[in-house]
Amino acid sequence: MDWSLFWVFTTFSIYIGIAIWARAGSTNDFYVAGHGVHPVVNGMATAADWMSAASFLSMAGLIAGLGYGGSVYLMGWTGGYVLLALLLAPFLREFGKFTVPDFVGDRYYSGAARLVAVICTLFVSFTYIAGQMSGVGIAFSRFLGVTNEVGIFVGMGIVFVYAVLGGMKGVTYTQVAQYCVLIFAYTVPAIFISLMLTGNPVPQLGFISDIKGEGVSMLEKLNDTVTSLGFGKYTDSTKSNFDVLCITAALMFGTAGLPHVIVRFFTVPRASDARLSAGWALVFISLLYTVAPAVGAFARTNIIESVNEKTYIAAENYEADAAALTADGGTPSPAWFANWEKTKLVSFDDKNGDGKMQIRGPAAPDGLANEVTINNDIYVLANPEIARLPQWVIGLVVAGGLAAALSTAAGLLMVISSAISHDLCRRTFFKDMTDRTELMVARGAAASAVVAAGFMGIYSAKLAFVAQVVAFAFGLAAASIFPVILLGIFWKRMNREGAIASMLFGLIPTFLYIWHFKIGAGKGAGADQWLLGVSPEGIGFVFMWLAMAAGVVASLVTAPPPQDVQDLVEDIRVPGTRQPHGLADAGMAPE
Amino acid sequence: MTHNLAEIDAKGYWRAVVRLTLSLLAIWFIVSYGAGILFRDLLDNVSIGGAPLGFWFAQNGSIYVFVALIFYYCRAMNRLEKKFNIEG
Repeated sequence: MDWSLFWVFTTFSIYIGIAIWARAGSTNDFYVAGHGVHPVVNGMATAADWMSAASFLSMAGLIAGLGYGGSVYLMGWTGGYVLLALLLAPFLREFGKFTVPDFVGDRYYSGAARLVAVICTLFVSFTYIAGQMSGVGIAFSRFLGVTNEVGIFVGMGIVFVYAVLGGMKGVTYTQVAQYCVLIFAYTVPAIFISLMLTGNPVPQLGFISDIKGEGVSMLEKLNDTVTSLGFGKYTDSTKSNFDVLCITAALMFGTAGLPHVIVRFFTVPRASDARLSAGWALVFISLLYTVAPAVGAFARTNIIESVNEKTYIAAENYEADAAALTADGGTPSPAWFANWEKTKLVSFDDKNGDGKMQIRGPAAPDGLANEVTINNDIYVLANPEIARLPQWVIGLVVAGGLAAALSTAAGLLMVISSAISHDLCRRTFFKDMTDRTELMVARGAAASAVVAAGFMGIYSAKLAFVAQVVAFAFGLAAASIFPVILLGIFWKRMNREGAIASMLFGLIPTFLYIWHFKIGAGKGAGADQWLLGVSPEGIGFVFMWLAMAAGVVASLVTAPPPQDVQDLVEDIRVPGTRQPHGLADAGMAPE
Repeated sequence: MTHNLAEIDAKGYWRAVVRLTLSLLAIWFIVSYGAGILFRDLLDNVSIGGAPLGFWFAQNGSIYVFVALIFYYCRAMNRLEKKFNIEG
């Protein structure tokens, strides 16, 4: 407990220090860090921006529970960077403005198109940020002994300082520090767990090694263990291949369409830096994403081995009771189980009254009921204790989870505040606003967004869409934002009418489908009721094609875009040729 | 440095870029959707250190290829820009 506090205090002081050092002096600094971020530094910041509390705390546990089924997250949340590097990032950088709605509004010479893009951006970002803030609240309340609300207020205060003061510049350099904290906290326990189980210090290699001292591979043994307890095979899945494909694709195209990821590539100096930066971002992300499946498999093996059929010992008097039981020839449940029971992340219900803890799947051969519930987050949180690492490492994991949540929240805040101050105020309603006024409005918007996000975090339990962030944020980004940008770069003939049609045909069906099956009347419906058997998480991929088709058809039946805009598209395709073009750049010159 | 579009073979350059992009996306598709999902059952007959190969591609292998693809793209694009006298 004390070490957690120590690390949280130390890391938070570092973040504040960076915020004071990296103050923003202009809107250019505030929105895009002056276009002056080194590609490797931006890669690291992007990685922290990208990896949220869910990636850090929950993903390994999710994979541990789903086995092969968890692959959709691994491929989906990394493969999108290939799309970003090859299809979007360098061209958007060459376009040379501040925000995603900037591209939509100027490329499609339309205030209405910009507004639709603002709506998509705000909805996606607010859904995402509420989840981050509630994650901060949970981390504080469980590990630092304060209430949920106090935790969220502390988190809000920290983000407020560096986002409002430093804008994108402050956020970028804080994210670099946050990446270092989170990757250290994630990989150190993973290395020790891998050593303990397989004798190989590299978790990615331990994943495909034999169990230490036994002639059987780690995954084969895990398959045998889980099937003997009545679970499905770890390396298999019950989902249809088509649904797995759609979910993976929706996550990939959604990743490429998320505004808070796209704008990170506006901060580097040139188009070639944007490409390179996407590569570095994926390197830093892969460090966690290739370790996560190993952590999931190791932890599943470890937890079953150390808990199943062991005699339950409660937390009070654990040492003495466990010693007495061992003396009698019994095997006590592990100390970490007793420790984490207090947080209610693990629990034991002795259904058959034999005092032993049975872990069982739905088809257990011995017919016994499952008695142990384990929250997904435990796989990462309890890892250091399972590996018997010192107390200070355990405390670091909490700081790592907070770093992951705060860095993502800050990136989202920047997108929200720029959508309001830049796209709504400067570019739509008050076109003659000065740069200084806009900077003030941007700070104000960031400040209000922090407060709004905090309250959404506090009331997240009452906001049904927050729990569906994966379906909503990625599905909507894939179906409404990705197609309009892609066609805007690769198809010169795409016009204003096409853009608006495309965004609406992506946004509305996706939103309604997810709402219906996740929150509305169709909640709990099985695969037989889904459109083409595609789950709400994967539907964004299906409607993405509808959005593209709608965009193409609507463009072809209306007049082609003006010459100015066609010239602009030619310019952004060839690095270093960008010239201002009257119609598209009248409101704001490219940089 | 900003230069004039008229001085360079922008059409030829763009054709080359699109060709490169499509071939890399084909690899991107094959290692993830192909090896990790559609042909997984087939690949799972082969094992890599005790992990079924299709499963390994879905959880680790595809990610390594993604990283390699982006860096290859950066190199290939720099070469293309040189060839067409474009200074990004």
